[in-house]
Amino acid sequence: MSDRSNIRLVVLGVLIISLISTLLARLFYLQIVVGDEYAAQAASNSTREVVTPAVRGLILDQRGRPMVANRTSLVVSVDRSILAREEDDGAAILGRLAQTLEVTPESLAERLLPCGSEGAPPLPVCWDGSPYQPVPVAKDVPTQTALKIMERRSEFAGVTAQLEAVREYPSPYDSNLAHVLGYVGPVTQEQLDAQGESQDPARLRARDLVGRNGLEAQYDSELRGIPGITTLAVDQVGRVTGTVSESDPVAGNYVVTNIDAHLQAVVETALEDAVLRSREAGEIADSGAAIVLDVTNGAVLAMASYPTYDPRLWVGGISNSDYEKLLADKALSSNVIQGTFPPGSTYKVVTTVAAAREGYDLYGTYDCPGDYTVGSQRFRNFESSAYGPITLERALEVSCNTVFYRMADEMWLKSGGLYAPDGAPDPIADAADSFALGRRTGVDLPNEASGLVSGREEKLAVWEQRRETWCADAKDGFADLRRENPRLAEYYTALAKENCLDGFRWRNGDAINASIGQGDTSITPLQLAMAYAAIANDGTVYQPQVAKAIVTSGGEVVRQFDPVVRGEVQAPEGTFEFLRASLSGVTFDGTGKIPFEGFPLDDIPIASKTGSAQVFGDKSTTAWYASFAPADNPRYAVIIMVTQGGTGSVTVGPSVRTIYEALFGVVDGVIDPAQSVLVGGEPSSTLPVVRPDGIPIVPESDTPSPDPAATP
Amino acid sequence: MSTAESQRFIGARQQERQSYWRRLDWWLLLSALILSVGSSVFVWSASRSDLAGDDPQYFLNRHVINIVIGLVLAFIISRLDYRLLRAYSPVFYGLAIFGILLVYTPLGATIAGARAWIKLPGGFTMQPSEFAKVAIVLILAVVLAEKRDAETEPRDRDVALALLLAAIPIGLVLLQNDTGTVLIMCTIVVTMVAVSGARTRWVAGLLVAGATAAVVAWQLGFVKDYQIARLTSFVNPDDAASTAAYNATQARIAIGGGELWGRGLFQGPQTQGNFVPVNESDFIFTVIGEEVGFVGAALSILLLSIVLWRGMRVALGAQELYGRLVAAGVVAWLAFQTFENIGMNLGIMPITGVPLPFVSYGGTSMFASWIALGLIENVRIHTRS
Repeated sequence: MSDRSNIRLVVLGVLIISLISTLLARLFYLQIVVGDEYAAQAASNSTREVVTPAVRGLILDQRGRPMVANRTSLVVSVDRSILAREEDDGAAILGRLAQTLEVTPESLAERLLPCGSEGAPPLPVCWDGSPYQPVPVAKDVPTQTALKIMERRSEFAGVTAQLEAVREYPSPYDSNLAHVLGYVGPVTQEQLDAQGESQDPARLRARDLVGRNGLEAQYDSELRGIPGITTLAVDQVGRVTGTVSESDPVAGNYVVTNIDAHLQAVVETALEDAVLRSREAGEIADSGAAIVLDVTNGAVLAMASYPTYDPRLWVGGISNSDYEKLLADKALSSNVIQGTFPPGSTYKVVTTVAAAREGYDLYGTYDCPGDYTVGSQRFRNFESSAYGPITLERALEVSCNTVFYRMADEMWLKSGGLYAPDGAPDPIADAADSFALGRRTGVDLPNEASGLVSGREEKLAVWEQRRETWCADAKDGFADLRRENPRLAEYYTALAKENCLDGFRWRNGDAINASIGQGDTSITPLQLAMAYAAIANDGTVYQPQVAKAIVTSGGEVVRQFDPVVRGEVQAPEGTFEFLRASLSGVTFDGTGKIPFEGFPLDDIPIASKTGSAQVFGDKSTTAWYASFAPADNPRYAVIIMVTQGGTGSVTVGPSVRTIYEALFGVVDGVIDPAQSVLVGGEPSSTLPVVRPDGIPIVPESDTPSPDPAATP
Repeated sequence: MSTAESQRFIGARQQERQSYWRRLDWWLLLSALILSVGSSVFVWSASRSDLAGDDPQYFLNRHVINIVIGLVLAFIISRLDYRLLRAYSPVFYGLAIFGILLVYTPLGATIAGARAWIKLPGGFTMQPSEFAKVAIVLILAVVLAEKRDAETEPRDRDVALALLLAAIPIGLVLLQNDTGTVLIMCTIVVTMVAVSGARTRWVAGLLVAGATAAVVAWQLGFVKDYQIARLTSFVNPDDAASTAAYNATQARIAIGGGELWGRGLFQGPQTQGNFVPVNESDFIFTVIGEEVGFVGAALSILLLSIVLWRGMRVALGAQELYGRLVAAGVVAWLAFQTFENIGMNLGIMPITGVPLPFVSYGGTSMFASWIALGLIENVRIHTRS
């Protein structure tokens, strides 16, 4: 055999050895070096999760009355990915479906458009759920219709009709509470993405509904529960080969609120009456708010915003026409926590506290002229006439502005006046800060507004923000406007010039406006209620609290919400006593007298303060009625407000009286605690009982309501 | 015939028979036998759920029958007279070409993109290209070792003729889109030409020609998209768009997940969930890797290495060029096919439908493996010690 052959055979042998070595090295790498990664991949490869949704928790009032429950509904959903596969993008299917559902094809199509796509309606009508999830287009479909759809699969490709759990609103005592309860909507892709690779069984999944507003959003993680998950072993084509693990769904927890449904119903009606009364008096009265707080702990017993809406509109997705109507009515946001308004004379309690802190004698005598002049500016006494020298108590009762003007002017001067140094006191703003105004109250509801407290610091901040615009306007001189209206342009230019130059200066005119809750000061009705509750309870500012406790669907208490103290109002000894006495005087013999004629004020003294606040651009004043009672041992704070409602006492006062009558059980001027809308005549001190089967026990005095726990 | 004569004859026959069993390379035989018998377990694990409702032992039974037939074929081949083998090589070569051509008749069938199969009565199929590998080994050995002493090198004429004869089946198999088999055949040809002692320019020329052909085929688009996908999917196995990439990914998950000791027989989630396609055949190495781990997979590579080592030993020890060429051709064939198959299972070689010798399910492949073994044993037995 030739050497050449031998050598080549040896080369072949060497080549083979290298090939075998390569295989072994690669095998070692795959199995030993990175084997655990592949083992994990194999595990996830071969299992599938079957998710059994958890029943969403109920929302109860303080007596256990369900205000949000669940029911099943036949829901028709459309899978857009299947429609897209049709030649006409599913137009024929949608046409047939629209005919079957007796709606227009356009109304179906608009529901299917993802938010942000061309021609899509605005949030929340457009679909902002996960793009991979069928879109619900109709709820409460008759069984016959559902059967028609499900039987003709070929004609309705991508359309399903199935029973789904939807929110139900039992509305005890015809209460509405829409803004507090909120609503649920499909989980968004952003929410899903935000979870990353979470493997938490309670994590959000593509078909989940989540709270989008109100308590539903605030306590979403409590209400949602944990879905049951069955992990199945499957083969490559999805055939089930066994069960790896199984867990039962855990129903969502119940949120027990401080709201009393019966009282809530009374408050809602009273607010609506106040609005209607104003309108009868020729006012515009376009919106309103009402709150009842427990002054001893900040519990929100009732909270209403006008106009409101039917929360059922959101079930299964809201239609464009419904949504546009809600927008036009301005019914979507809550005036109680999202609306900010100048408080007007109701703010004089803050000025009084400021005066007391500055050393004014609360029992001294003060002059009440018809107007108060500072330089060239004359500040009129809007609500009352000139009374001459009167006590401070009387000044509050008759709401004499000029007494407070003078105090504000004097305090302003004392703290440095126009050239006050940095960090100089700002008595009225400081007092407001002590009441925790100008900040969110921290109520357990989303989207709360913080309001604004007018003061030296605030003015500087605004100036720094707007200086450039002002200065530009001063330079430009409103050229466009000048052609049409030279005089107005001249006025605006002068204003802009002044603002540009020293708009940061806190003038005595500003302090005077602040003293009566005008100027830049604006607060939410809830903030005012919180402040009045603090006066009632000797200065403790409680954070308003809607939820009272979280309990499981089996009735076990998960946690109770203890009162949260936001702070103590710092005021000299006797200030709150003085205010309580003075404010009850308002009702006895002051601006709040008329609505309470015939009310047993001797037994139940009501402390109150009226307000008629001017709003720039509004035709009429915002009517306020802030109060608490009993003035000698306060328990409740009641605030009603109607925008463009005229005078507080006339339009709003009677509704406040109605609420107190309901609270204390006053019928025809006679007190009968048994007639109180509150069971036992006072807010419940205990938690309602939820039976192990999830059904809450409601007071016996309640008329039988429809089965509250109609859960699927 | 006289009694003495017949006695002597019988004695000679007995001696010859004894020497057959004595001369047999038992290392080679036993390694291959362990591989085949052991493979039954993995074929069973991979296939028992494939025909749910039907006979779960369908693949197992046929696999065992294939092994038995393979053993018989190996026995026959190994006992054939050397001269007879040489004489019949052209016949066998002709039959193989005929078989490949049959694929283009209505008897032909396309499986996994390769028109490489013939349908036989009774639901059997056959892959003639497997036998064509045997035919190429035999005919090249004849041509390259023709009419010369063992000491002289093949003339250029002989090499040219050998290449021509090899080109015919290779061309036909190429037309069937059976790239994997073509690569193996080319390896056989280059190896045998090299070992024959042909001038170096032949060997170098063949290697250059092979590389050029691959590039040209790619550039001119002779290669279909799915073939490119198969060939490149091992580069980007996570591009799950193509089936080939899916195969590669699932195979790696299966093998990697086996780790050191494996998931246990019949316990591999990838295997039992049928995530790896054709895991009783081309991807049977994933079953071994997943269920008996690195230990079992390395052991099977070791057994295949023993087969190659013994074959190499036979080639080195052969006194005649013909025998050496047969053994070397077979060794090159089995070595490259092993590397190609396990390599694609491990994601370092393109996915081409070649089975693992002695292990994969599939009659023709199993028969061809054992015929190959029979050829090595034949050479070994006829080597004078």
